[in-house]
Amino acid sequence: MHARQGHRELEHTADWALQVWAPDMATVLAEAARGMYRLMAVVLDEGPRQRRRLELEAADRESLLVEFLAELLYLAESEGLAFDVLELDVAGNRLAASLEGAPIGSQSKEIKAVTYHRLEVRDTKRGIETCIVFDV
Amino acid sequence: MVDLKDLRKISDYEWEIPTSVRADMRVPVRVFASRALLEAIGGESSLEQAVNATTLPGVVGRVLVMPDVHQGYGFPIGGVAATELPHGVISPGAIGYDINCGVRLLASNVRLVDVEGSIGDLATALDAACPSGVGTGGRLKQEDRELERVCREGGEWARRRGWGTESDVARTEEGGVLADADFSKVGRRARDRGRTQVGTLGAGNHFIEVEVVDEVFDPAAASAMGLEEGFLTVLIHCGSRGFGHQVCSDYVKSFQAAVERYRIRLPDRELVCAPLDSPEGEAYLGAMRCAANYAFANRQVLAHHARGAFAEALRGRSREPHLHQVYDIAHNMGKIEEHVVDGVRRRVCVHRKGATRAFGPGFEGLPPEYRATGQPVLVPGSMGTASWVLVGTDGSMERSLGSCCHGAGRTMSRSRAKRTIHGGTLRQELEARGIRVRAGSMPGLAEEAPAAYKDVDAVVGAVEAAGIARKVARLRPVAVVKG
Repeated sequence: MHARQGHRELEHTADWALQVWAPDMATVLAEAARGMYRLMAVVLDEGPRQRRRLELEAADRESLLVEFLAELLYLAESEGLAFDVLELDVAGNRLAASLEGAPIGSQSKEIKAVTYHRLEVRDTKRGIETCIVFDV
Repeated sequence: MVDLKDLRKISDYEWEIPTSVRADMRVPVRVFASRALLEAIGGESSLEQAVNATTLPGVVGRVLVMPDVHQGYGFPIGGVAATELPHGVISPGAIGYDINCGVRLLASNVRLVDVEGSIGDLATALDAACPSGVGTGGRLKQEDRELERVCREGGEWARRRGWGTESDVARTEEGGVLADADFSKVGRRARDRGRTQVGTLGAGNHFIEVEVVDEVFDPAAASAMGLEEGFLTVLIHCGSRGFGHQVCSDYVKSFQAAVERYRIRLPDRELVCAPLDSPEGEAYLGAMRCAANYAFANRQVLAHHARGAFAEALRGRSREPHLHQVYDIAHNMGKIEEHVVDGVRRRVCVHRKGATRAFGPGFEGLPPEYRATGQPVLVPGSMGTASWVLVGTDGSMERSLGSCCHGAGRTMSRSRAKRTIHGGTLRQELEARGIRVRAGSMPGLAEEAPAAYKDVDAVVGAVEAAGIARKVARLRPVAVVKG
């Protein structure tokens, strides 16, 4: 069922859960971001294109994932921006991100927060896998 | 997964998970539910999450589970846990991201039969007056100084600006303001998100409904609240918006390190916590109270907008239509309260997540008109089904830390609801039943379909039978406004 990288929505009674898999951590972060935007049903305006640089350092991979997605949520709400080109460079638990996107034209769902609920970033035979629960 | 066979029956409506079920449990779990509701609860992980909550350091008495419980993240939604001062912990995840998400009920002097033809106009007017939808800003933009006032004064901030009455504020949990809010503990991101959202509804399961008082069960209490059969009410459900979400996110993040510092071992990282008397715990308490007060102010401004829309839409069709406040109550909050726990009077931090306060008769913090009846408890049902007004009882003080259920409680996942229920069809069904719908998002509407929730009447029946609340009135919706 798996392509080398991807994401899919899992059943969760109250909230949203997203399974993400990819060969490396940078791609996990990018897939998770795409999955989150998809859950929010974000549609970008055509322009003007916007760029942001982001640097994060976290205690572990789980925190890096939560903090990165939380930063994207913050940018979506405070600046009305989302990104469709994500160039991510991960070294250890540090992330340097170069993001390109545009103002959000429409968004039909609200995500309140990215949670740590049972969060675990696991190494598997295929690469790295995780499941993120969002509070909605 | 907790096996239902592990539960000990206390009565037909109370069940206990003893500490023998898992080695790391500090206290038992007490579940308030009928057998049928319990079996529905047993199918998911909410009881396991309640067991996880019993591992919080300093937890006393029992972790409580309400009949509307469903699985959340970390702590179950419909859970209550008290931790003892001064060294017990406070856990942001056990309060929730939407700090002081809650419900406000306004009752009117207008009979449904007199304005039946105008309910659609009323729904449209409410929708126009109350900004809603994802990330939507309101009409206010606040710099730090004004935002700090909102955070320190809560409902009173809105009243002073002419957006409420003294009675509104008095008929709000804690008088609409938690003391000791500390704005300096609120980060820049939360401030940024909070600047434009006072007076906005948001999206998700938040709503404004117009309901008619369908049946009164306790005439004395209903009369104290100004509720009469056949009259319209307005119910507002929302919280602290992006401001509260960011406060919680910031502290769940910083507490990841705090648990290492205080050598706290937990079964789920979402339960991260810090001692109430630690600098970290005090900082979160100060910031959480800011978000709680922000939410009280938010619902007060929304109530003001709702009043304007109500008067405007029904002018000429009813004599001087107006709305008075019945009560406003939180269902995601951490509060310092005194309770008798295991026979001893203690000061505790009561975490209520998806659970309301439900203080019984005689509590001094209630406005005089409610002291004999007990505190009003507002239980919104799922969209299109009944909502309930209850009151707290002596039993809730004795057995549930003065707490009660907060709603119907989900049974169906959002993804399944979205797959199986079509928003447009649902809207037609609701309209066919005489319920006017104004919704910003059809898929969003589908996720909140009544079929995705438990039967609220069964939930309310269980808390009344368990003795932790008493029915006052049932409300029936006639219009729903959603972001």
